[in-house]
Amino acid sequence: MTIHFVVHDEGDSVGVVVVEGLKAGQKLTGWIMDQDKMIEFDAKSDIPIGHKLAIKPIRKGDTIIKYGVDIGRAVADIGAGEHLHVHNVKTKRW
Amino acid sequence: MGMNLKNASFEGWRRENGRMGVRNHVIILPVDDLSNAACEAVANNIKGALAIPHSYGRLQFGADLELHFRTLIGTGSNPNVAGVVVIGIEPGWTGRVVEGIAKTGKPVEGFAIEQNGDINTIAAASRAAYKMVKHASRLKKTRAPLEELWVSTKCGESDTTSGLASCPTVGNAFDKLWENGNTLVFGETTELTGGEHLVAARCKTPEIREKFMAMFNRYQAVVEAHKTNDLSESQPTKGNIEGGLTTIEEKALGNIQKIGKKCTVDGVLDKAETPTHPGLWFMDSSSAAAEMVTLCAAAGFAVHTFPTGQGNVIGNPILPVIKITANPRTQRTMSEHIDVDVTGLLQKRMNMDDAGEALLDCIVRTADGELTAAELLGHREFVLTRLYESA
Repeated sequence: MTIHFVVHDEGDSVGVVVVEGLKAGQKLTGWIMDQDKMIEFDAKSDIPIGHKLAIKPIRKGDTIIKYGVDIGRAVADIGAGEHLHVHNVKTKRW
Repeated sequence: MGMNLKNASFEGWRRENGRMGVRNHVIILPVDDLSNAACEAVANNIKGALAIPHSYGRLQFGADLELHFRTLIGTGSNPNVAGVVVIGIEPGWTGRVVEGIAKTGKPVEGFAIEQNGDINTIAAASRAAYKMVKHASRLKKTRAPLEELWVSTKCGESDTTSGLASCPTVGNAFDKLWENGNTLVFGETTELTGGEHLVAARCKTPEIREKFMAMFNRYQAVVEAHKTNDLSESQPTKGNIEGGLTTIEEKALGNIQKIGKKCTVDGVLDKAETPTHPGLWFMDSSSAAAEMVTLCAAAGFAVHTFPTGQGNVIGNPILPVIKITANPRTQRTMSEHIDVDVTGLLQKRMNMDDAGEALLDCIVRTADGELTAAELLGHREFVLTRLYESA
């Protein structure tokens, strides 16, 4: 079994793609590390290795949670399974 | 079966001041940029001597000059160095660096170029280097308990796999080394942004916490004073963004995984300052890889652990740098730069304890003399941190 994405904690907003060449529409297997649980998901975008997908629907202005901690704010609505990166999330610092 | 660290040992060189080194370099150290050419000529004349050129050392003043001296003296004093030939443009500052290194008791000689010229200086310094390399080559290795090994960490070209796997691998090893009584350091002040509260919570005493937060806040003020935008493309870097890291907060939370789950922050250090007791130290430092690793070497660390996501290729002239990656693309495309492959962590083929053990095993092998990828590829980045403009 291939793990396509990894989530630190089940409270997080995002998972990290850990395989190359992931395409929109692909059925994904995810591993939630801290709780050691597996989840299934459909990719809504092509997502490069190391990049994130939203694992829940996110509204513009929402805080993004990873490691159970605030890592920034959404600057656009982001659907579950969509690519989440610098085009739709910004730092709250600096 | 995990390594029993209390029984673990390594073979290195015990220096005159009692510290254990894992390399036996004779370095030719310029005080200033003007002396690089003479240092390189000496290293070319005498096989086994290593020149460490750099860009600074003229018209610096105040705290910036003090840091320059502390870094050069610390580099020469590092236990991975058997002897030092110092060359400067004039005798005053040259003598100051020689005197600083001489406190360790190791062989050190200084040469100044003014009133001699490059050619006479190179001849005299080459004779000194000849004797020093001969001396170093006669030194016998001795065995010492693992707790005498000073281990530093800093990550680079990080991506999301760094925070998921390669940084926690260092954290796992650091928890074990910390319990074993080793001397450890981490730093990268700006790359704690968004997770500074987590580091503050790990500080052993309120005094240490207060000093840490003062260092953190001072560095934030520098960023605020000089920034022209939100620092996107500088922090996170273009490479970080390519690797999937979106914000400084996300990068910092991955970075902080290097200090494990058990270690307390037992002290704070200024740049290039040497720890005074075992434990985990925080060093106020740049997050640029070569600057930070140079400062760790100057503080006296003997082996460095360097998690990377996208594949930073850094090394150091005197401090062996061990690279760890969990990114399968990096492992596939640039494996000659990687010493410890922990890609199995992301497919549940390896657990964090296995990864920590694999790193500890590599640390001991490196201490025993096995060359790292960066050493084999000739990476000798030596970059001095500057605090402000020259006078």
